This record gives sequence, structure tokens and C-alpha cells, in this order.
Amino acid sequence: MGETLAGNVIYRNVYQFVQDLLGEEWSWVAYAAAGMAIILLVTNAVMAIGAMYTWFERRLLGRFQGRLGPNRAGPFGVLQPIADAIKLITKEDIIAVGADRIVFTLAPVVMLAPTLLVLGVIPFGAGSWLADLNIAVLYIAAVSGISTIAVMMAGYASPNSFSLFGSMRAVAMLVSYEVPLVMALLGVTVLAQSMSLVSIVEAQALPFLLVTPLGALIFLAAISAELNRAPFDVTEAESELVAGYMTEYGGMKYGVFMLAEFTNTVVAGAIFAVLFLQGWKWAILPSHIWFLLKVGGFVFIAVWVRATLPRYRLDQILAVAWKYLFPLSLVNVLLLAAEVIVWPERGAAELGIMAAINWAVTIPAALLWSKVVSLRTSPPIAAMFSTEGR
Amino acid sequence: MAFDNLFSEIVFWALAVVTIGSAALVVHLRSIFRAALMLVVSFLGIAGIFAMVNAEFLAVVQVLVYGGGIAVLVIFAVMMTRDVDTGNRSTAVQPVALMMGIALLGALAYSIVQAEWAVLPDSLPGPIATVFVETPTQLGRLLLSDYVLAFEVAGVLLLAAVIGALSLVRERNDA
Repeated sequence: MGETLAGNVIYRNVYQFVQDLLGEEWSWVAYAAAGMAIILLVTNAVMAIGAMYTWFERRLLGRFQGRLGPNRAGPFGVLQPIADAIKLITKEDIIAVGADRIVFTLAPVVMLAPTLLVLGVIPFGAGSWLADLNIAVLYIAAVSGISTIAVMMAGYASPNSFSLFGSMRAVAMLVSYEVPLVMALLGVTVLAQSMSLVSIVEAQALPFLLVTPLGALIFLAAISAELNRAPFDVTEAESELVAGYMTEYGGMKYGVFMLAEFTNTVVAGAIFAVLFLQGWKWAILPSHIWFLLKVGGFVFIAVWVRATLPRYRLDQILAVAWKYLFPLSLVNVLLLAAEVIVWPERGAAELGIMAAINWAVTIPAALLWSKVVSLRTSPPIAAMFSTEGR
Repeated sequence: MAFDNLFSEIVFWALAVVTIGSAALVVHLRSIFRAALMLVVSFLGIAGIFAMVNAEFLAVVQVLVYGGGIAVLVIFAVMMTRDVDTGNRSTAVQPVALMMGIALLGALAYSIVQAEWAVLPDSLPGPIATVFVETPTQLGRLLLSDYVLAFEVAGVLLLAAVIGALSLVRERNDA
């Protein structure tokens, strides 16, 4: 941490101000206050982006589906998130009879926490990051795993079978997709020879999207599942489970869940941009703009996928994770490890050769394996998760 | 660490209170589900203490394995238990369990107090300093060279566990 943070104007000013106020021996208070100021800034900025993203997604979905989407509040409906927030906050706060009140109330908070914690390690631009953790990739995997517990809390605390169903589905899915996700992250780590996100960006003489297409694809699929996004949104499948684990939630508690979900998509975009799209690097424009544009690109594709693909059944989702993504991710890691041994120094030229090899392997492997694997329902699993006859 | 002593003192005591308090609640709460959640809090508190003593890698692995994996397993198991809200009734084993618990606590406390803790000097010699900077790299090297046998054995053990779990599920479906 330290150096880049100490160079920050806001950080320096707050630190100086508090230290002048209290004196030298209270420097740790100044340290904490300056840190808090930065945290407040980053957290609020990202939450605001998450809120704006709800408008973006709804507008875009409208385009894809041949309708307008929200367009009443402000020009093009840009103020819709604010209207939504006012509505959610002023709503009566209902906790259903028979709910475990404490767990019920805490679940949205636990859901939002990992989203914000992940922000700590993401480099937003050249030289602007909160912490350059040398185990950042592992940290992201670890912290985002906590949201599973939030889903379980919500599902268990609500006195509603749909909630419990939704959360059980979510847990089965999240646990399964964590495996290919971590394997995809491992591929990037092997390629960059580091788990620090800053070093990963610096190692990308070519975007890793080009160098390791298989890893990027697996990561995209796994992260959509982790985000509960279409085509993997069985946990809150509106047409069968009302709203899944969120069924009993209303008002701002529901709002916090939605905020966490949408902000998560933006944060996932940031992670994707860092891991596969060279992070902040590119020509002409300032690095922060490039970063935002790359995140925007990811988010656009996420909405596009949601508008295009129909929802999988849960047993199919689990089959995709274990039969399709997992073997391919093993192939990916093995391939990258071999290439890293062959080319210990990797500039743009070496990465180019690796990209050629990887594309030549990826396309046949993905196509062939999709012929081998069947998504036929295995009866016991289908029975476990079916809502019929319950 | 650049932190003042007072600051790290505050953080340490906060973490200690959270960890031990939630561990006590695990035993005390009636609802098993809530107890499982408190267990997660306790795990996270321990992760915080690891982070405090500069063992970042250990802290993250603690969150990953215990906060993510084990916690989900425990909660899953709890959800399939009967009488989740009321907890188990006390049994005749209680006095024995109490004595065993006290004995274990005594043994642990004794060994912690008696142990001669190696305290690192403020300025670290070269190799140790590198370990602190790049723990994962060093750990990976060791696991795949000196301790490769233990590493592989652990892998085989996990494989056996997976196969065992599969065969258990299979049996039930055949019947």
C-alpha cells in the first residue's frame, strides 16, 4: 500500500489536517481518518456507478426486446435509479412473521460486504489502487465466497419455501462454479507469474483475452454463474421461484440486495478488465477512461447475453460446470504451464506465439468437448432440485 | 507495520473479543443455524488476527477455506438437521464432555504459556524478509519440492473422500 496512497491528494490533505489538529502522537488517528475518507469516496463512487448501471441495463434490455425501457424520469430516464432509491427507502420495512429477524436483517449487509471488499485490490488506473496485495487473486476468490453465506442466511431466515429453494439452488451453483472460476484465475496467475493484479496488468504486453481465450471464456461463464446472471439465474428465476431467496424482502433491504447484485456485475467487469483486457493500459486516452470503457464493454456483453440466452435448468447448469468447464479449465492450465516453461521471458512476440497456439487448441477443444458432453438430465439430481410435487 | 502501538492494540483486542465472543455464542445459542453463523464470524476473526501478524496468505486462505468452504458445508449439514431452532437436549454425556473440554483447554493454555516463542528481530535477515514479501511463491516451491510427498498424499486423500461420497450417494439410489 503506502506509496500510491500517500501520493493521493485527498489522502494527504485529510492526513495533514487531522495531524495538525491532534498533534504528532495521534498520527494513527490521522492515518485512519485519511483511509476512511478514501474508503468513503471509492465505495460511494462504485455504488453510484452500480446504481447508474441498473438504468443502463434496463434501457439496453429494452432496446434488445424492442421496447423503450425506463424513460420518464429525467432525460432518457437517467434519473430512474434515484426515483427507485427514493421509492425503496420510503417503503414500509416488512419482516415476515416467523422470520429469524436478526439473520433476516443481516443477510443484505453480508451480501454487500464482499462486493465492497473486493474493490480494495482493483487497480482503477495507472498508479491508482488502494492496495497492491501480492495475493490479490486469491483474496478476490476468498472474499467473494462469503456471499454464498449471505444467500444461505436470506434463504434460511425467510419463512418461505421459495426462499429456501432459491438459496439451496444458489449454493449448489456457487460452489460448483467456484471450481472453474478459480482454475481460470490460476491460468492467468501462471501466465503473469504473480497474483498481484498490478503485476498481472503489467505482464500483459498483449491482452490475455487474446493469449488465453479458453481461460477468458471459462472465466466469463463462471463469473456469470457467480453473479446469478442469465443464463444461470435459476436462483431467482421469476417464472418459477417468485424471486428466489429474495422473495420475502421488501423496501431498502431488497434494495441492498439488488444494489449488491448490480454493483457485483460492475466489479466483475473491473476484474475481467484487469485480468484479460490489459486493465488500464492502451494508447492516447487517460488510463482511468480506458479502464471505465473496458468495464463498460464487459457490462454491455453481460446485458447482451442476458437478453439473448434462455435460462438453463439447474441440473444442466451443474452439468456444464463439472462436465464441460472443469475439464477445459484443466486443459487450459496445463497448456499455459507448458508454454510458460518453454518461454520464460514473455514479451509481445512470445505472447503472440502463445496466442496462436492457444487459439489453435481452444476452438477444436471447445467444439469437440461440447460434442462429447451431454446435458442429459441425470434423474437423481433432477429430482433433488425439481420444484414439482413439493 | 507503520501502525502505532495503540492502534494495533485496539485492533487486536477488537478482533480477540469478536473471535472469542462469537466462539462462546456458538456454544450458547439455541438455534443451531445461528450458532453456525457465529462459527463463521469466529473464523473471520481468526483471519483478521492472521492478517495483523503479517501472515496475509494464511489470512486469505483462512477466509477461503473456513469462511467459504467449511462454513457452507456446516450450514448445509445444519439445514438437514432436525430441531434446528431448539437445539439438542442435554444428555448424560455432558459432565464427561465438560471435563474433557476443561482438560483440553488446560493443556492448550499450559503449552501456550510454557512455549518459548521465537520473536523475530525488527530488521529481518535476507531470506526471511523475502518469505514475508512473497509467501505464495515460497510456499509453492516448498510444497512441490521438499514436501511433495505430503502434498500428493493430501491430494489422494481428497480424491478418496470424493469417491467415498459418490459411492455413498450411489448406494442410496440403487436401493
